[in-house]
Amino acid sequence: MRWRAVVAFALAALCSSCGNSAPASSSPSAPRGTITVFAAASLTAAYTAIGKDFERTYPGSMVKLSFGGSSALVAQIQQGAIGDVFASADQPNMQKLVDAALVAGSPTIFAHNRLEIVVAVGNPHHIAGLSDLARSGLLVVLCAPVVPCGHYAAQALQNASVTVKPASQETDVKFVVSKVALGEADAGIVYVTDVKAAGAAVQGVEIPLGQNVVADYPVVVLKDSQNGPLAKAFVAYLLGAGQQTLTRYGFTGP
Amino acid sequence: MALPVRRASRPRPAAPVALLLLAGVGAAFFLIPLVGLVLRTPWASSWQQLRSPDVLTALRLSLLASFSATAIALVFGVPLAWTFARLSFPGRAVLRAVTVLPMVLPPVVGGVALLLAFGRRGLLGGWLASSLGIHLPFTTAGAILAETFVAMPFLVITVEAGLRSMDTRFEDAARTLGASRWTVLWRVTLPLVRPSLVAGAVLCWARALGEFGATITFAGNFPGRTQTMPLAVYLALESNPDAAIVLSLVLLAVSLAVLIGLRDRWLGSS
Repeated sequence: MRWRAVVAFALAALCSSCGNSAPASSSPSAPRGTITVFAAASLTAAYTAIGKDFERTYPGSMVKLSFGGSSALVAQIQQGAIGDVFASADQPNMQKLVDAALVAGSPTIFAHNRLEIVVAVGNPHHIAGLSDLARSGLLVVLCAPVVPCGHYAAQALQNASVTVKPASQETDVKFVVSKVALGEADAGIVYVTDVKAAGAAVQGVEIPLGQNVVADYPVVVLKDSQNGPLAKAFVAYLLGAGQQTLTRYGFTGP
Repeated sequence: MALPVRRASRPRPAAPVALLLLAGVGAAFFLIPLVGLVLRTPWASSWQQLRSPDVLTALRLSLLASFSATAIALVFGVPLAWTFARLSFPGRAVLRAVTVLPMVLPPVVGGVALLLAFGRRGLLGGWLASSLGIHLPFTTAGAILAETFVAMPFLVITVEAGLRSMDTRFEDAARTLGASRWTVLWRVTLPLVRPSLVAGAVLCWARALGEFGATITFAGNFPGRTQTMPLAVYLALESNPDAAIVLSLVLLAVSLAVLIGLRDRWLGSS
């Protein structure tokens, strides 16, 4: 009796880790195969983890992840890159695909993100807020205006009535973080999640809610998806069991 | 005198059909992307796109940076090529491999290496900034440095090949007639390898003009300062694909014109 209880407990513990989609994996019609997911660069860490969890939940499935600036990914999809799911870091880039009729169904917001100032660990330049970024002699890098993090940063700076002369307009939010992590730049404006993902090399300086911008992350199944059922299952997973992982990486729920 | 006549009257070599077919596929591989670009060009609005200040700024910066990179490559690359071709010293093979490494290295990797060398926290960068006040990342000088790093090897190997294949007896003759080492170099060696010098410089310039990865990694991207044409094309592709196509066509036309023009005039190989 006692052993049985232990085994049952162990099984229950195991099953709780496979998430609420576990029944799908046991049904013979559970979707399987491969999907390609195009995701905004800021989702790199979270999606890598979610992709692995998803593969475990759906045995026989494989998630190929392609990360980049949302605008670059949109350009790739418009030029005919084949994929199944697209997750953008902003609405305008998603709208481009909707307008081009390249999506199946309508996009769903699955997460939100906020901005933070990224500085070297220890904050050697004593940056306390956005207004400090206008200081002369400070090397600030931002995202290029066409990239979501670039236009969000511009919005936040406008909210704070601060004018910044950036040393560079990087093409991808991760480049901004690495320029600061390498010590080439003193500060940058990135997502909260990027600071979290970068680990010990950098730290974040909070931007107050009144100036901050909330980034909406929409996800959609692409029209030319070769594996619709699995793509839909992935989107459903993001809105369900994946939320916990997203929270762990600093995103907030929809 | 008899030689050209004999050559002209010789029957054309019979080419194996299979070889011609493969050559045709090879040529088509390069031609089709060009045709695609030309066909998709929005000719009606292209003049408008070209006259936008952003495009002119990027074009001006690209020309400045690529010609500067070529000049620097000539100053340092020709002596390097001469050293590799004429001197034999321990470690020459390794040194030569290191200098041509950027030809095969992914340019982004080159950019990272440059950051670790000339960046603020880099091996030399800190010293350059503190004692000479030279800042390379995020500056036009940095863009030129990145282009030089990637493009100079093309000059070095071309000039080295020229030096190796030239007849050194002319140099010996000049020396026995009492010419100094410098005079021999300036009046005999360099004029003899002029075709290689020109070819190397042109290749180097073309590579510098097209440089993307090392530039964006090391120098960043800012209009008028480090945003060269290839960077402008990349960013335009995300926001305004028509502008990207027009910019690509300009870059292509400039490169093609230079390659065709110089080949006939200087190399006499047409």
